[in-house]
This record gives sequence, structure tokens and C-alpha cells, in this order.
Amino acid sequence: MKSLLEVKNLRIDFKTYGGEVHAVRGVNFEVKRGETIGIVGESGCGKSVTAKAIMKLLASPPAQYKEGSITYNGIDLIEASEREMERIRGNEISMIFQDPMTSLNPTSKVGMQIMESVLKHNQMTRKKAYNLALDTLKLVGIPQPEKRMEQYPHEFSGGMRQRAMIAMALVCQPKLLIADEPTTALDVTIQAQILELMKDIQKQSETAIILITHDLGVVAEICDRVVVMYAGKVVESGTVLEIFQKPKHPYTKGLLKSVPRFDMDKSVPLAPIIGSPPDLFSPPKGCSFYPRCDYAMKICMEHDPDLEDVGDGQITACWLQHPMAKAMNVKKVINAGGGRTNDNY
Amino acid sequence: MIMIRYILHRFMWAIITLWATITITFIIMHSIPGDPFAKEGTMTESMYENLQRYYNLDKPKIVQYVIYLKQVALLDFGPSIKSKTLTVNDYIEKGFPVSFHLGAQAMIIAIFFGLILGVIASLYRNRWPDYTSMIIAIIGISVPSFVLATLLINFLAVKWSFFPVATWKSWSHTVLPSIALAMMPLAYIARLMRTSMIEVLNQDYILTAKAKGLRKNAVIIKHAIRNALMPVVTVLGILTANVVTGSFVIEHIFGIPGIGEMFVKGIMNRDYPVILGSTVFYSAILIFLIFIVDVVYTWIDPRIKVTGASK
Repeated sequence: MKSLLEVKNLRIDFKTYGGEVHAVRGVNFEVKRGETIGIVGESGCGKSVTAKAIMKLLASPPAQYKEGSITYNGIDLIEASEREMERIRGNEISMIFQDPMTSLNPTSKVGMQIMESVLKHNQMTRKKAYNLALDTLKLVGIPQPEKRMEQYPHEFSGGMRQRAMIAMALVCQPKLLIADEPTTALDVTIQAQILELMKDIQKQSETAIILITHDLGVVAEICDRVVVMYAGKVVESGTVLEIFQKPKHPYTKGLLKSVPRFDMDKSVPLAPIIGSPPDLFSPPKGCSFYPRCDYAMKICMEHDPDLEDVGDGQITACWLQHPMAKAMNVKKVINAGGGRTNDNY
Repeated sequence: MIMIRYILHRFMWAIITLWATITITFIIMHSIPGDPFAKEGTMTESMYENLQRYYNLDKPKIVQYVIYLKQVALLDFGPSIKSKTLTVNDYIEKGFPVSFHLGAQAMIIAIFFGLILGVIASLYRNRWPDYTSMIIAIIGISVPSFVLATLLINFLAVKWSFFPVATWKSWSHTVLPSIALAMMPLAYIARLMRTSMIEVLNQDYILTAKAKGLRKNAVIIKHAIRNALMPVVTVLGILTANVVTGSFVIEHIFGIPGIGEMFVKGIMNRDYPVILGSTVFYSAILIFLIFIVDVVYTWIDPRIKVTGASK
């Protein structure tokens, strides 16, 4: 299958008074038509920046595209003109944001906010646009859509607002939907409904989805493939099964271990990944995860591992996967056991 | 229906506010030493007493107060003590249209250019258009209107004779005083709009609007400005009341027969009916404008609803 979106070696810096923050430091992934990929990682690892970079929604300055390319359907988005981007945004690629409470304009009717996008991208009468918006509201499961069209966002509940946001994003039938933590601000039952909705839409419309989240449960629920990010880099990617069943990178393993499970022994405390991500003003020279890694070796401190294929498209950036490390069957590790402290920071 | 109830409710509170204003002004006014006839030395004792009696000033204060309240209830502010022929109502009738014309013109200038400057400043934050706008705003706030008025007269009227120097005859007479009067509110609005716009431009829904593919200008006009207007509208009522009811300084410099001058002269002369009359009038206008502002709120921001509940 041809890929719809390809992000290659993307580097983004933010110029601040304190210096340059290297927020995204070489991100690679691709999205195929109609598939759902999840981007996971802890706060500040560059997930949202990557998403906004695809839409070119980062304010520049301070953001700078340092290197790499984002190719959508053969168009290099980084080189694309603002005009071109306006055509693509909302029409080809659209986005759902984290907080539905603040992402809708409080002084404009919900119907109008949905129609706006239609009218911008299609030569259409207002009547037709209205009907299309109405149908989309029905599609996302908003009851009494005629009445809802005329209401303002404050008259909607949180879940309904997120549905309206999804309607807004889908109304032009984009080929790619970027959902930036779409369920974080919602309570659990509503989360499930929204995920269900996204899954349904995916089936019906064959829209590819990039789902950004730090909730692995959500990923397992709806994603085909997963990209794990850490400190502005992709550390591992593969299919959901691969990532959940045979994770290779210690960070992925750590993430999975830190998720509470139903069948867990309640007396055993959760295993968090101790420490915090590196300062992106001056990222470490070697692997950015080595200070927190249970399996860190000397080489990890000195050299950053490249992404390598570990079979069937699962790729990971870890020295443990290096043929030499495998051959030596590394057991001795520097940070093992009690040494796993936060002293480096 | 809700609207009618709301208006009635507000009207009731307006009456109470006015009553409180009258009472407080009455007390303060009569606690200032001196009376309207004290300085006129040639007056005989009996003349003085006659005048006192004629204007009810010989009666106990509480009786005067009740008499005045009755008058005001009939919208009669009484005769001016200093002027032999004019009543306070005459003063207002003559002076207010002029002050209102001047003030309205000044407010239109202030709102129009204030908003434009504020929006430009916010869009070019920390670049030269921002600095230019804010320098204009700082000048507008810190340079007193009489200095500005003098400068305007000196250059635009005397040196280059674009406009007449003073008086109030044709439209071209109104230009300079309007500009002089507009500067302060203009600066105020510009600064407020800048701050408000900067805040709004950082809101999530602006990003949503951009993510829809809207052009930058469409995002600003449709989504940003309306949301940024709220704080400006809040101060607009008070600014307008200030400007519309006449600026003593501007009216004096340009020789404009407005209501502002009457107010100040009334105080200096201890002209009790004039002081009370103009205070009540000013309060009524202020209350009315604040009411308008509240109605405009509901129109700008649908989250604010008109209800019959107390304010």
C-alpha cells in the first residue's frame, strides 16, 4: 500500500530566550491510507509538536523546521506555500484537539463553525453546506442535530463538544485525521464512546488516523500500528501486537509495565519508569533514555542508536538490538537494580 | 418577555441609584461652607433674606431635600440661582446637544482608531507596528488634553489653517475638539484591545479555526476580534459617559457652549440646583450607558444571558 503521509528525519527547534529547545529530534514514521497509528510517549516528548508540524500550525518564530521532510500525497508540506496549506488543512488533513472545552469558539454557533470549513473548501451554497453539516452531526451521534446546529458551545456537554469537534474535522472528508489526545479531557465512559465513534468512522470512511495519546489502553483499543516517542525521537514502532506482546525497547517495556491491569496482584506496587525525561535544551549525547534505562551499557552513553528493523517492520532504536550485543548476550548492565536512580539529574 | 422584565428590573434599580446619588450629593453640597449669595456685598439684609426665602434656602435642610426630590420626580431641576432667567433644564437643553455631538464624534474616532491600533499592535506583537501603536497610546494617556488641544490649535488651525481655531458653528469647527477629546479614550481602548487580542490569539479555538484551513484574516475577523471585544465593551460605558457629558477643559479651550462648563461653574458659584441637576443628569446617562453595555454583552457573548435576577 502506498503511504499517505511520510515523515522523515523531522527536526524542530524552538527559539526561546533561554536558548534553543530541540523539541523534535529526528522523527520518522509513515501513515498508510485508512490505517490508524498511535503516537505514544510521556508529556513533552514531542508528540503534539509533531502533529502540529504536519499541519504547519506551529507559530514560526519560535518554531523552526531544521531538517527533514513531511510528504503528504507527494506534496512536501514543509516547502508548501501558505495558500497550499490552507487548501490542505481541514480538507485533506484535519485535526482534533485535546480540550473540547476550549477548542470551540464560544461566540459562534456550532453549526456555523462546522459549515465554515465546508464553505471554505467547497464551492457550495449555504443550504447545501448546512445540510452537509447536519448530516455530519448525525454521523457523530449528536441527537437533535437541527437544534444543536443553532446552539453555542456552552450549551454542549464535554462529550458532545468533542463529537462536534470530530464533526468539524470530518465534514470535508479528509484523508487524514490527526487526533491530539482527543479523550484526555473527557471522563472514562465518554472516552469509550468517543473512541468507539472514531473506530466506526474509520471503518466507514477509510480515513487514516494519527492518534496522539499517552494512554496505552486507547492505543490497544483502536490502533493498527504504534509509534513510541521519547525525548523528541521515535524509539520504537511496530504493529499493536508487536508493541504490546514483544516490545524491544526498554522504554516501551517500561511504559507497558507501568500500566495498571485488572489481573494484577494488588499488593504489588506499579512499576514506574523512575526519573524524568532529559532537558531538551541540551539533550544527552548518547541514547536519550540511558539515564533511566535498566539495561544501559557504556555505548549507550556515547552513541545514539539508529532505528533498526527487528523483523516484520517492527523497528527500534536500542543498542541491545545490535547484532554484537545480541551475540554477546548482554547480561551485565550498568544501571541495573539499585543503581537505577535519578542521580544524573 | 424576559427582556421586558429585565428592563423593568434595571429601571427600578436605576431609580434607587439616582435617589442615592441625589441624597449623597445633597449632603456633600450642603456641607461645603458658603452659600450662593454670600459674596455679594452690596446686598442688604432684607434682600438676602428675601432671596433665601425665594429659593427655599431658609427652610430646614430636610424640607429642602424633600422639596427637591418632588421637583426631580417631575423632571424639573429648578431654576439656576445665578442666572436670572434660565432654569437648569434650559441649561441642559442648550448645552447637552452640543456636548453630546462633540462626545459622540470623539467616541466614534476613539473606538474606530482605538480598535484598529489595538488589533494591529496585537498582530505585530513586539515589532514596529506594535511599538508605534503603543507609543501613540502612551502619548494619548499621558499628555493632558489641554496640551494636546493647544498643539492642535497651534499647528492645524493657526499655522496651517486647516480648521477654524475655536467656537462651534459648522462641522469643521467640531474636528479639532473631537480629536483632542478622543485621544484619551482612544489610547485606553487601543491598549485594552491589544492585551485582549493577544490573549484571545493564544486560545485553542483560534488554532481550531486555523486547522480548518481558514485564511489568517478570516481567523482574526471571525474568531478573534469578537471574543476580544468583551473587556473593551466593559469600559466603553464609562468612557462614553465621561466624554458625552462634556469635557470642561476641551469645551473651555475651544469656546464650546456645552454642558461641561456649566457643571464646573455651578460648583464654584454654589449654585445648588445646577450642581444637583447636572449630577443627576450625569448619573442618569451613566446608568443608561451601563445598561446598554450589559445588553451589548449578551449580543457579543451568547454565554451571558439576560435574566430578571439581581445584578
